Amino acid sequence: MNILLLTIPVALALGLFFLIAFLWALRTGQFEDLDGAAHRVLLDDDVGEDDENKPDFLKD
Amino acid sequence: MNAHARDWSAFVTPSREEGVCRLDLAVEGITCAACMVQIEKGLGAQPGVSKARLNLTSHRLALEWRPDETDAGTVIDVLESLGYRAHPFDPGRVDEVEKVESQKLLRALAVAAFSSMNIMLLSVSVWAGNASDITSETRDLFHWISALLALPAAAYSGQTFYRSAYHALRTGRLNMDVPITIGVTLALALSVMETFNHADHAYYESAMMLLFFLLIGRWLDHNMRRRTRSFAENLMALRAESALVIEPDGSLREIPVSRVAEGDRVLIRPGERVSVDGIVEDGNSEIDQSLVTGETLMVATGPGTSVYAGTLNAGGQLVVRVSAAGKGTLLDDVNRLLDNALQAKSRYMHLADRAAALYAPLVHGAAALSFAGWWLAGIGWQPALVIAISVLIITCPCALGLAIPAVQVVASGTLFRHGILLNSGDGIERMARANTVVFDKTGTLTAPEPAIANAADCPPGTLAAAARLALSSRHPLAAALAHHAGRAEPFAGVEEVAGEGVRVVIDGTELRLGSPAFCAAEAEARAIAERYPLASLVAWRAGERSPMVFAVDQSLRPDAAAVVAALRERGLAVEILSGDREESVASIAAALGVSEWRAAQRPADKIAHVEALRAAGRSVLMVGDGLNDAPSLAAADVSISPVTAVHVSQAAADCVFLGERLGPVVAAIDVSRRAHRIMRENLWFAALYNTIAVPLAVAGLVTPLIAAAAMSGSSIVVTLNAWRARLGRAGLGDDVDSRQA
Repeated sequence: MNILLLTIPVALALGLFFLIAFLWALRTGQFEDLDGAAHRVLLDDDVGEDDENKPDFLKD
Repeated sequence: MNAHARDWSAFVTPSREEGVCRLDLAVEGITCAACMVQIEKGLGAQPGVSKARLNLTSHRLALEWRPDETDAGTVIDVLESLGYRAHPFDPGRVDEVEKVESQKLLRALAVAAFSSMNIMLLSVSVWAGNASDITSETRDLFHWISALLALPAAAYSGQTFYRSAYHALRTGRLNMDVPITIGVTLALALSVMETFNHADHAYYESAMMLLFFLLIGRWLDHNMRRRTRSFAENLMALRAESALVIEPDGSLREIPVSRVAEGDRVLIRPGERVSVDGIVEDGNSEIDQSLVTGETLMVATGPGTSVYAGTLNAGGQLVVRVSAAGKGTLLDDVNRLLDNALQAKSRYMHLADRAAALYAPLVHGAAALSFAGWWLAGIGWQPALVIAISVLIITCPCALGLAIPAVQVVASGTLFRHGILLNSGDGIERMARANTVVFDKTGTLTAPEPAIANAADCPPGTLAAAARLALSSRHPLAAALAHHAGRAEPFAGVEEVAGEGVRVVIDGTELRLGSPAFCAAEAEARAIAERYPLASLVAWRAGERSPMVFAVDQSLRPDAAAVVAALRERGLAVEILSGDREESVASIAAALGVSEWRAAQRPADKIAHVEALRAAGRSVLMVGDGLNDAPSLAAADVSISPVTAVHVSQAAADCVFLGERLGPVVAAIDVSRRAHRIMRENLWFAALYNTIAVPLAVAGLVTPLIAAAAMSGSSIVVTLNAWRARLGRAGLGDDVDSRQA
């Protein structure tokens, strides 16, 4: 049963971590525009013309 | 004349960042993500703009800039050159309160989710352990951890319910939140007690799951309402209500209407809507009051006469001194009647509250009886209390608490897709019960803008040429003609003859558009006036050829007749109440086949008639747009107004419909009736569930496992049933997608 003393705090800590992450996201306005966020992820305007990080399929 | 400064300062707020200004704009014409990119890149490239972020959900643009490098006017001009019209929000009206409320609900939901999931993890272990080999020490440990998670989480995330229950009890009412609060509190208290007693069962997960499910319902409900409201606010802002104020030094300044003070002098140019109430100081004109009184004839105004916000200046330029509504004016009348109507409006008892009023005493009574029964049967007060509380938990108001909000969320989403914005959630219930529809005529049954009545008799070339010339005039009658111009460019070098019309010389031929006298068309005008006795006339002459006279008249909305027929088919009586003249109302009523109509109704007459109908046991749906309709919109059981209506009426109405067509009225009735039926089904399901669950609980057979399964099962059934409100056809089948309207 000793393993319980480890797993329960770990489970709770993980849950708490995600709760705090969610509250942080909420506070910083990341749930303000769900439609916009869905489209912004597809925009490649953060990748410059001669950007080294450009994925292969975007290179000419 | 146009050289005046647009004054945005009233809308600009200082940003959190030092030396940066902020402005929130409603932007029109956004259809997809490409627009978002175009706007953000276009504005971001402007010098001085530090932030331009478009919210694609609400179609609002947050703009920040450094005032020493650029100004609001420049940025908005750039936006317009990109092809998007924008209008700022009053910073005070931005829905900060709503946003805070929504975030609070979401935080509560997250906490409840975290806590209920972890407790469930522990509870499942206990249930499994109880069936096999868990030691009582381990079980106690699990129960204590659950308590540690549940108590603070319930205290935090249940606040919405506790507060609402407290308010209800203090005013001597019962709502759904009362049994919810009692259920949660007792379940937690019992669990702590049982944990102390090293018992096999505790009910932490039931309490937390109840809060979790109900918070989902609350949040969805709140979110849907916030979304429709922010959409309505965008429409409001885009109507760009500003006034041209004459400064003491004679210069002109355009400011938002909300910033106009009493005593200011406001310039109203020909063809503009009057934006304020006041007394004319200078200038003579004709005023179209149809949006205010329903009267379609123009009224002559001069120095000393009153004008009202919402009327249209058809003639010359006016200078108006802004005044508050004086005693005995129409506006004063309307305000007084509106106040009375809002006070007298009997507090409609929501279906959910009626269900709660029935449910709460019944269930609490059953719990008390089972406590008394078991105690008298001699099992001791503690086990008896456990059984009594398990009755309260199993009859958990979970299904009942979700039964109605879930349907409201789905139904208001469906209404939104049909072009109807719902102002009040219980509007659906009241709409479903309506059996009499009272229409206003002007602007409601008829289109908000007049149209050419004899367009079919005109040679197409003539109509197109006249329409092209009409583009150069600000007169409202010319606006009706200008609709026929299509994509034509206005003529160059058009000359306006004040009070007469417009003229231009093209290839040596003089073209004239204006009053019949201006075009020497009196004879033709008499002939047309005989055929269209109610119309206003506009004449057209090209050189020496015979002139043409157009009759400009109110036109019915394209589907008005179909809507009246569809309403009758659904068993609703249809009436017309108009402030307009008798002849004018009679012809519309005849065209629609409505026999119950009244003309020349003042606001007090309208409200009296609506109240008489209600006294006769009718449930009245009022559809109207004018200032004179506002009191009767508030007095009716339920009300709808078109999006072109004046502010006061839109605020008094339960919902607002978009677009040219009247069809959404039928859709509103269909969707509401279906939603109401589903709400009742859900309530019956909850009742049926309780008649099975209560005897089990009273017999002392309910374990936490059964409670959890029953609770989730019943919640899922009512939620799935609520989705049926989306299905099926509603209205005339010509749905407008409101996002494109």
